[in-house]
Amino acid sequence: MSATESAVVSRFANWNAAIIAITVIVLIVAAASVDSFGTSQNFGFLVLDLLPIALVALPMTLVIVTGEIDLSVASTLGLSSAVMGYLWNANQPIETIIPLCLLLGAVLGAVNGFFVTVLGLPSLAVTIGTLALYRGLAFVVLGDSAVADFPTVYTDWVTGSIGGTPIPNVLIIIVVLAIVFGVILHATPIGRAVFAVGASEQAARFAGVRPGRVKFWLYVASGLISGLAGVLWTLRYSSARADNGAGLELAVVAAVLLGGVSIFGGKGALPGVIAGVVLLGSLQNALRLSDVSNEALNVVTGVLLIASVLGPNLVNRLRRT
Amino acid sequence: MTQRRNLAVLAVLALALSACGGTTKSSTESQNTAAPATTAGKADPNAPLKEGLKIAYLPKQLNNPYTDVEVGGGKVAVGEIKGEYKLVGPNDASASSQVSYINTLIQQQQNVIVVAANDPNAVCPSLNQARKAGVKIVTFDSDASKTCRDAFINQATTQGIGESLVKMASELAGGSGEIAILSATPNATNQNSWIKVMQTELAKPENSKLKLVKIAYGNDDDQKSFTEAQGLLQSYPNLKVIVSPTTVGIAAASRYVSASSYKGKVAITGLGLPNQMRQYVKDGTVKKFALWNPADIGYLAAYAGAALSSGQITGAQGEKFKAGKLGEYTIGADGEIVLGPPTEFTAANIDQFNF
Repeated sequence: MSATESAVVSRFANWNAAIIAITVIVLIVAAASVDSFGTSQNFGFLVLDLLPIALVALPMTLVIVTGEIDLSVASTLGLSSAVMGYLWNANQPIETIIPLCLLLGAVLGAVNGFFVTVLGLPSLAVTIGTLALYRGLAFVVLGDSAVADFPTVYTDWVTGSIGGTPIPNVLIIIVVLAIVFGVILHATPIGRAVFAVGASEQAARFAGVRPGRVKFWLYVASGLISGLAGVLWTLRYSSARADNGAGLELAVVAAVLLGGVSIFGGKGALPGVIAGVVLLGSLQNALRLSDVSNEALNVVTGVLLIASVLGPNLVNRLRRT
Repeated sequence: MTQRRNLAVLAVLALALSACGGTTKSSTESQNTAAPATTAGKADPNAPLKEGLKIAYLPKQLNNPYTDVEVGGGKVAVGEIKGEYKLVGPNDASASSQVSYINTLIQQQQNVIVVAANDPNAVCPSLNQARKAGVKIVTFDSDASKTCRDAFINQATTQGIGESLVKMASELAGGSGEIAILSATPNATNQNSWIKVMQTELAKPENSKLKLVKIAYGNDDDQKSFTEAQGLLQSYPNLKVIVSPTTVGIAAASRYVSASSYKGKVAITGLGLPNQMRQYVKDGTVKKFALWNPADIGYLAAYAGAALSSGQITGAQGEKFKAGKLGEYTIGADGEIVLGPPTEFTAANIDQFNF
């Protein structure tokens, strides 16, 4: 490992620590200054609002670390939701529908993976294409209608919390998946291959990694998790609609970049991404509780994003001089 | 390879297992419908209207001119009852962002949430959470599922609109003569139900001199409506009034007539938006047309919410409450409160409306 490379690593480790620190500070300030931010009920709302972004951000982190991107995630979520509603209307048991929707997500991800790795097309173009395609298919499946009468056992579980505690049930899903993805990325050969591919695809190939294969399975994972997010979204709102989750891909990419992952690939860490998700979500929640308008919310999000790109760069320049 | 095969086997197994038995739509139908809302307490019609009530408006989306007029009416009413007015809402008309706002309003301990639901079901769980916390829910524009709100402000009934259309046509025709209808599409649900009421009204003895000669369909397309209006005037030289119960049709017909030799001879009326119709009212093509007054919708919602929160009403059928300048209202079936007959717009009042 060269000197510059270790400097780069420490720089990102620093940003990772910085974003976590900023998130903690924001949480403390919000809890202290915004009425009812710190209530257990609000915690539940916050987790539910974060749920889809947090889930999809996990595989997205790995995809972006390899230097690619997946913008079709929100449309995959929508198509999964639409198919869920369609099958429910067709009187299929929910216990069959849910695995089918996950499978569908994986297949949609595999389609992206095929175009990117087998045909070698740029992922930005491919996934913008499937963003439109999958959303279009969702409207073909369900049209403008909504399916609402999902079994209360399932919808209550998604919106409910563990026993008498204020910990929402869905937090278990987030934590388990975050650990799985975190371990894969930071403590396994797969994770090392992911970083290697993102840093230099050619070097990775010489080191015996098959970049195409790594990326293909990451797209499958991204689709699978988006499919899961679609199922959970549908159950949370008790409403399967073709337009569910529209625009979510930008929030996810924003959170991942805010978490210190480089859009050029090769660098990033999962704890920072989780902090990015929590930071964006809790800021929005706190500002909304303080009656800040939607427009101002967008401004804050935009400024944060610019800062997240600017921050590490400035630190780097200062160090060099 | 073996890993992949194992995965496939697992997936197939899972599917096979779940295929037998399981929760389906039909097996849960009885369970899901059998959960009526709990209406707590009894109504006390003499309870005083509470002051300082926090009333929050959550329209489908912000920055829509029509919505602005609605919530503007709400602001006036909240001021009259000395409450605290608040307006929040998403910039996109999505159900999910409304839910975040409802949750925020619960945290802020509002007394009343006046909401136009983007999705009647998606907002339900959080609305019910709000009701559990003692918040009263009034819907307007677009109702939420009736198990999760206390009252719904219905802008107009089918009967009221049909009657109002015939009344205006009769006045403009001077009580007798040929009239025609320029509708939307042949299978437009709203328009067809209004036309049906109109036909019943026209069959009454007091309207026996009015003759409906033709129902034309402009398909809510500006060009088609324009040519259909043209066609009506050419085929029926004695035509006195064109009634168009759609905003597209009335604007297109007015545009044609205002630039033709029929101006001043043939009257146009129906349902229209003041901003679209203003120039035709000013140039004399259109004497009067109607639509519900959106400001009154927001106004009535505030009083309904305050009456609910003060315990004057519970949302049950037959209960009565007073709504300021609009007078007394009675709650109908399923907690519906009908605003009343549509507002008529004429040269005298059109400048008071901007939507």
